[in-house]
Amino acid sequence: MQIKTYAKTLAVALSLAVVAGCSSSGGTQEGDMDGTSGSMSGQGMTSGQGTSGSQMGAGEQMPSVDTIYFAFDSEEIRPEFESVLRGHAQYMMANPNTNVTLQGYADERGTREYNLGLGERRAQAVERYLTVQGVSPSQIQIVSYGEERPAVQGHTEEAYAKNRRVVFSY
Amino acid sequence: MKRWMSQGWKTLASGWLLALTAMLCLTTTAQAQNLTIEITRGSDQATPIAVVPFEFGGQGGLPQDVAQIVSDDLEHSGQFSPLSRSSLVSLPSSSEDVFYDDWKRVDARYLVVGKIEPQGGQYRIQYELMDVLGGKRMLGETLTSSSGDLRASAHYISDQIFEAITGIRGAFSTRIVYVSASGAGENARYALYVADADGYNAQQVLSSDDPILSPAWSPDGQKVAYVSFESGNSAIYVQNASTGERVRLTSFPGINGAPAWSPDGRKLAMSLSKDGQPEIYVMNLATRQLTRLTNNSAIETEPDWTPDGRTLIFTSDRSGAPQLYRMSANGGQAERVTFTGSYNSDGRFSPDGKTLFMVTRDDSGYHVAKQDMDTNRVTVLTDSQWDESPSVAPNGTMIIFATQQGAQGVLGAVSSDGRASFRLPSTQGDVREPAWSPFLN
Repeated sequence: MQIKTYAKTLAVALSLAVVAGCSSSGGTQEGDMDGTSGSMSGQGMTSGQGTSGSQMGAGEQMPSVDTIYFAFDSEEIRPEFESVLRGHAQYMMANPNTNVTLQGYADERGTREYNLGLGERRAQAVERYLTVQGVSPSQIQIVSYGEERPAVQGHTEEAYAKNRRVVFSY
Repeated sequence: MKRWMSQGWKTLASGWLLALTAMLCLTTTAQAQNLTIEITRGSDQATPIAVVPFEFGGQGGLPQDVAQIVSDDLEHSGQFSPLSRSSLVSLPSSSEDVFYDDWKRVDARYLVVGKIEPQGGQYRIQYELMDVLGGKRMLGETLTSSSGDLRASAHYISDQIFEAITGIRGAFSTRIVYVSASGAGENARYALYVADADGYNAQQVLSSDDPILSPAWSPDGQKVAYVSFESGNSAIYVQNASTGERVRLTSFPGINGAPAWSPDGRKLAMSLSKDGQPEIYVMNLATRQLTRLTNNSAIETEPDWTPDGRTLIFTSDRSGAPQLYRMSANGGQAERVTFTGSYNSDGRFSPDGKTLFMVTRDDSGYHVAKQDMDTNRVTVLTDSQWDESPSVAPNGTMIIFATQQGAQGVLGAVSSDGRASFRLPSTQGDVREPAWSPFLN
């Protein structure tokens, strides 16, 4: 987890693989009782959101996908969302006067204040990804809502999967 | 675009300036639907007590059934099991009319009688407590109450009876603060309520489109600190519970969370992530000076003070999972306190500092547990799947917490010995984040 503290100072040239490795070391503890939800696949969340940044022309257009999701107990950027993040990075670099707020969220399990910390870790992982791409840190703000404002109500694994997210708010 | 984006909220961090915000929604206090207690588990060791309906010497009826409120209070404590009214052998209103043998036969250990007379637009309430086994009067008192204060008078009587029998100060005249949430997405509404400890007289003291969490009473019971997202990010506010007047204490970039008053009311511990990740800070409320107590890359949050004000307990996942740690309130080395289980958080001390209440996770979910600070023995007190936000009554006998009933968030309470529990369901929306007030009288 220490990596977080100096990640911002690492050269932009850091490879994406390294960043992904760093962020996975955070060891978040979103409360899971049986350990099985860690294998939650996220199916159904990526479908319909496939019009990612890669289809946009040189960052001229604001990416249409504004939300990426996370596995249980993780702030690691999942490979299927990297194109979404690259699209946002291109858009922000093409529009340096644009600011974004990264809203970080957790699922409802565990205490609310601790979950604020988990949501923030996810938003910070996205921030690191964007800055490594070349986005100026001054364009990015982070707000963690933790388990507040769930995208989906309910106590199911499906609901939890859709609530563990970071939302781009321009 | 969010409305606050244009303001540049990072500059609001210097909102230090103590913006005294008088929002419209604060000035109006709306009556809310009361929470009504449902007993979920009675203690098998509760003491049987007979509370006889108080004789009314006036015309018509009383606006409140004082004896029933007393009976309910005593039952909710988990320490008493009031006899049903149908099993009362007679209806005396004064100790002079009591035949102790009658009450011994129905196994009543104690007996409460009383009468109420109208007196110049108010009520004169006389009550007495008898030790049935000892065959003697223990307590008797006469008080005057306005019509609107009858519930408060009943709670006062409960306090006196509870203390006379148990030796422990009663906490029936206290209050709770909690958060309600209704709707979802764009229609989500949040509100902060203050109510009597039994759920009655609920008053909305804040409403917002944005999340509210972590209310905490000042030690004098006058103010509530809480976290609100109304500015577009978490910020800590302190609000006068009766006037609605409030100040914004912190609105740094990142998390502004988990306010906790020092026992002397002069400091507020909190969790701030302005330097990268959530750390424990203590603010001197007179000077607004902040002292940072922790410094590492973990999440550190949910501070609480020992009753002597010398030590802080807090949640940290520096070991890879959340556990409770303690450190001097002046800073220094943190010492891990919890070792049982892979998830322990939100620690709260009993008033004597000997017991630590917390949220613990096991195979069946999140529960309220207690740890003996001398032996480190852990006892799980609750058994539903989603219990969190424990808050201890000022006399240490009960813990109120947030739980789920079906799909709804409700408040629950459990006795500190785990034997008795009850719930305070809401008729609309979710309720959560309860905090029990200090003694108010």
